Amino acid sequence: MANIKEPNPEFADRIVKSGGKTLNLCYQCGTCTASCPSGRQTAFRTRKLIRKAQLGLKEDILPSDDLWMCTTCYTCVERCPRGVDITDIIMILRNFAVKEGYMADSHKKTASNMMNTGHTIPLTDEYRNLRKKLGIPEQPPTVLGNAKALEDWKKIMQITGFDKLIGGK
Amino acid sequence: MTDKYAFFLGCIAPLRYPGIEKATREVFKSLDVELVDLEGAGCCPAPGVIRSFDQTTWLTLAARNLALAERKGLDILTICNGCFGSLFDAAHLLHEHPEMVKEVNKILKEVGLEYTGGKIKVRHFADVLHKDVGIDKIKSKVVQPLDYKVAVHYGCHFAKPSKIKQLDDPERPTILDELVEAVGAKSVNYRDKGMCCGAGGGLRTRANDIAMKMTEEKLGNVKKSGARFIIDVCPFCHLQYDRTQKDIPGYDIPIIHLSQLYGLAFGLPKEYLGLEAHVVPVNL
Repeated sequence: MANIKEPNPEFADRIVKSGGKTLNLCYQCGTCTASCPSGRQTAFRTRKLIRKAQLGLKEDILPSDDLWMCTTCYTCVERCPRGVDITDIIMILRNFAVKEGYMADSHKKTASNMMNTGHTIPLTDEYRNLRKKLGIPEQPPTVLGNAKALEDWKKIMQITGFDKLIGGK
Repeated sequence: MTDKYAFFLGCIAPLRYPGIEKATREVFKSLDVELVDLEGAGCCPAPGVIRSFDQTTWLTLAARNLALAERKGLDILTICNGCFGSLFDAAHLLHEHPEMVKEVNKILKEVGLEYTGGKIKVRHFADVLHKDVGIDKIKSKVVQPLDYKVAVHYGCHFAKPSKIKQLDDPERPTILDELVEAVGAKSVNYRDKGMCCGAGGGLRTRANDIAMKMTEEKLGNVKKSGARFIIDVCPFCHLQYDRTQKDIPGYDIPIIHLSQLYGLAFGLPKEYLGLEAHVVPVNL
C-alpha cells in the first residue's frame, strides 16, 4: 500500500491532464484559504488541498471530508494571484473521489433524483397545487411528464455510466 | 435587442417556489419580452454538485439543454445562478475545447440531438433586465414604487468566475443594486455582501450544519444593516435563506426573488407571486 505522505507524480499528472493545467502555478501564498467562507467554519484549508494535489497525495485527498467543504463560490479563483483554477481542480478531485467510491449517501440521492426524474428534487402535491393556483401548468414543461424527453435523459446517463457510478438503477 | 428567449426553468423555482416562475413570466410579458418554454429541458445540471460527481455527464446533459435551445434558435434566459453558471460554463468549455464537442455529440446523436455551439447565448435574467431592457424602461413600468431598505444577495455564479462571465465586477458588483433601486428601493451596504449563502457545491445536502453556519453569518450581517428584505436572483440561495431561518433563533428576514420584487413594483396581483411557499412570511 502506498504511503499516504509519499508524493505520487502520476496522480498529480492525472489532475493536470484532466483540466487542472494551472495546478503547478500555485506558490502557496494562502490567499485562497484567507478568502474561503467555508474555511471560516471548518478545518478545510484550500491552500493545503492544492499543495496535496501538487504532490499527488491521492490517499490523503480522495477519502477526505474536506474535499466536499467547498461551495464552489469561486472567491479564491477571483483572488488567486497565480490564476490557479482552484474550483475546477477541486471538482476534478471530487470526480476522482466519486470514481473510487467516495460518495455521500445524501449526494447519491440527489444524483438519483436527477437521473430518474430530470430534476434534483421531486414535484410534490403541495407544489403541484400551488402551480395550479398560480395559473401555470401543474407540471412544468420540462422533462417531467415528457416520456420521450425522460427516456433520452436517462439514456444519456446510461451511456456515460452515471447510473453505475452512483450505484442507482 | 433580442425580445424572445427560451425560458429555462431549472429545478428549485418550478418545484419549490413556483411564484418565481410565475412572476418572471408576467414581468417579462409587461416588458414586451417573449419567453418561450423550452419543452423537455431538465436540470441544468447543478454546477457545484452534479459537475462534482461526473464532468462528462454534467457536460453532456448541459449540452442537451443547450441543443434544445439551438433548435429553437433562441438565447436561453435563466432565473437561477446555478442554471446560469452551469449552462454558461458548459457552453464556454465546449467553445474552448472542440474535442469535447465531438465527445458530447457522439452521445447526443443517440438521442437525436446535436450541439453546434456559437449559435445561442446563455443569459441571466438580471443581466437581460439591466443590459437589454434597461433601467429607463423598467422605471417606466413601475406603478408601485417600493420604498424598502433591502439587502441584495448576488450569489456566487452570477458574476463569477469573472474571467469567463465578464458581467460585473466580481468583488464590487453593482447590477443588482441598480436594479432594485430602479423600482424605488434603497440597497444597503453590509459586511461580506458578496459572500456565498452556504448552500452550493453540495454542502447543503452533505453537511447542512456547516452550510447553515455560513447562512447565519450572512443573515447576521444583513440584520445589522437594518434591511427589511433580502433580494436574491437565485432560487437555491432563496431556499437556503428562507428555510434555514426556521432553525436559527432570532431571524425572520423575508426573502424576495428579484422577479417577485418586480412583480410587486409593476402592480401584479400579490397572489401571482406565490409568497405562501415562503417559510419566512413576506409581509408587504
